[in-house]
Amino acid sequence: MRRLFTYPYIVWLAIFVIAPLLLVFFYAFSGTDADGYTYFTFQNINKFFEGIIEGQPFFQRIYVRVATRSLRMALQTTVICFLLGYPLAHILASKGFRDKPILLFLFIMPMWMNFLVRTYGWMTILERNGIMNNLLRRMNLPTIDILFTDSAVLLGMVYNFLPFMVLPIYTALTKMDKRIIEAAQDLGASPRSVFLRVVFPLSMPGVVSGITMVFMPAAATFIIPNLLGGGQFFLLGNLVEQQFLLVGNWHFGSAVAVVMIVLMLVSTFILSRFDRQTEASEGGMRL
Amino acid sequence: MKKETRNVTRKVLLVLAMAIAAMLAFAACANNEPDTHSHTQTTDVSAVTSSTVNHPPLNVANWGLFIYEPVLQMFEAEYGIEVIYSTYSTNEELYTMIARGGAEFDVIVPSDYMVERMINEGLLVPLNWDNIPNADYIFPRFKGLAFDPNNLYSVPYKWGTFGIVYNTTKVDQVVDSWSILWDEAFAGEIFLYDSSRCTMGAVQRMLGFSMNSRDHGELNQVRDALMQLGPNVRAFLADQIIDNMIGGEGALATVYNGCAMWITYYNPDHNYVVPQEGSQLWFNSMVIPASTRNQANAEKFINFMNRPDIAYLNTRYTRYSTTNIGAFERIPEDWQNCPIYWPCDETLARGEVFVDLGDFRADFELAWTQILLASN
Repeated sequence: MRRLFTYPYIVWLAIFVIAPLLLVFFYAFSGTDADGYTYFTFQNINKFFEGIIEGQPFFQRIYVRVATRSLRMALQTTVICFLLGYPLAHILASKGFRDKPILLFLFIMPMWMNFLVRTYGWMTILERNGIMNNLLRRMNLPTIDILFTDSAVLLGMVYNFLPFMVLPIYTALTKMDKRIIEAAQDLGASPRSVFLRVVFPLSMPGVVSGITMVFMPAAATFIIPNLLGGGQFFLLGNLVEQQFLLVGNWHFGSAVAVVMIVLMLVSTFILSRFDRQTEASEGGMRL
Repeated sequence: MKKETRNVTRKVLLVLAMAIAAMLAFAACANNEPDTHSHTQTTDVSAVTSSTVNHPPLNVANWGLFIYEPVLQMFEAEYGIEVIYSTYSTNEELYTMIARGGAEFDVIVPSDYMVERMINEGLLVPLNWDNIPNADYIFPRFKGLAFDPNNLYSVPYKWGTFGIVYNTTKVDQVVDSWSILWDEAFAGEIFLYDSSRCTMGAVQRMLGFSMNSRDHGELNQVRDALMQLGPNVRAFLADQIIDNMIGGEGALATVYNGCAMWITYYNPDHNYVVPQEGSQLWFNSMVIPASTRNQANAEKFINFMNRPDIAYLNTRYTRYSTTNIGAFERIPEDWQNCPIYWPCDETLARGEVFVDLGDFRADFELAWTQILLASN
């Protein structure tokens, strides 16, 4: 009986996940010749890594530059989200705030709005004659002109993805066994070493999922950079869109998508290794 | 304890993952959602249709901000045919919907070069002109254009030019050449239209080339010129240029004349110029895709849109120039004499109509990618 209920999910997965994935891989590793015949090839993947000018250094090749730029922005976003998000999660999980779910609620509530609307909001705030600069001018302070630059893009990405960093860390911190912390304190650990050697290692699973949740969408997004970067930030997502819609080269567009999938798989793998290591050390500590 | 933490983390992860998925889905739909405002209530329709045959709904796709939407309800009330109206933002988006199947549209409004490409690929049906008597209102000079020389497939809907709009409080120089965009005085003050063909086409004309050139040497020169423009470019935007220029966010922008109509109306400090080197002359035409399920109803719709009073409402609201004699006679004199709305013959003589680039498209887009990578 229980099996029966799983079939709709299996069908769903097959039609909407497995099938499209297979199609993407099929296009990525095939080409169409002049007579309309399809053949197997690696040339699409090669094109991505070789670029268009022969003998260029690897990191100057055009599509590699698009990829490194995407990864760099995703990495910057993740680091900033972590630096802002960890203390925030710690404060939210601390004794004074724990019994006030309203704060957490207020923190999550903006996520209920469509993120496009919120990002458009930032444009109104950051414009040269926008809300922020009008305020600054009124206070006789120098104005800030960051809209359509990478600062604005980073701001938008951090703003949109921060909750995905805070929530897993917050959960990890609140579910932590307080007796372990008390034991550390009883044994004479300073607050600093309680945090560094007990609390932080125990919150690692939250940190790892936070990093995953921020890094992946940040590497794949192109709408936020498009809006706040003024169309000047050409990322992997833009490349896929361009190849499918403008050029009509589905083979190369799929190859870019496959490269993105592999990049994501590799980063997930590295992170999961990290996660397992900390778990192992936790186990050792508990003994 | 540990297991519990991980279970909870996993649940949170699951929920968040679903949230992201939903978010992405929203983002993806945002552009393509059919506009529900354009539907009349079903009760209205049934009141009209009760005596007539029950027609299938008519699927119409058009550019964003390119119609006065109440005319759709007027059509529904008059003919008892429900209209499902959706919008797109590029010709290529429309092409993908039509050519790759899936979407079944009855009336679409592609631009010149896309009409040509769709005709060549057999994606359109020839029109039955007996069903479109209002086509007689089309200005003779908009008939038999190069993309459909025998007038078999298309009815011109809107037309216009592409040029420079500038803020007279920030620009003292005479603006009559595309080269003013390279003036060092305008560092970070220029908005470029976010379309490879529009922007690179302007530079092709500046350098004395055709906008339809398929020469690699010429393409490289255009690319290099645009790569040097980097410091002056504030952003590449589409219709958002309208709001930004009205708000005084930049000194110059490359726009369509319809955008310029909005900008100069809401912020009269602005002027619009079609540079001496010439620019794009464009036509958006109504056509019927081969996938249509009711060609006669589609032709009724096209005929309705060419009725002078309807064409007038459309041009008056969208501020894009009409192709309809009857509509032109109805618009106020200040628009009839406005060089932005109704460019003079001398400006038109400098215009060039886009032709489909065919296989050259991939190289063209590659150059555009290089420009975007260099601008930041």
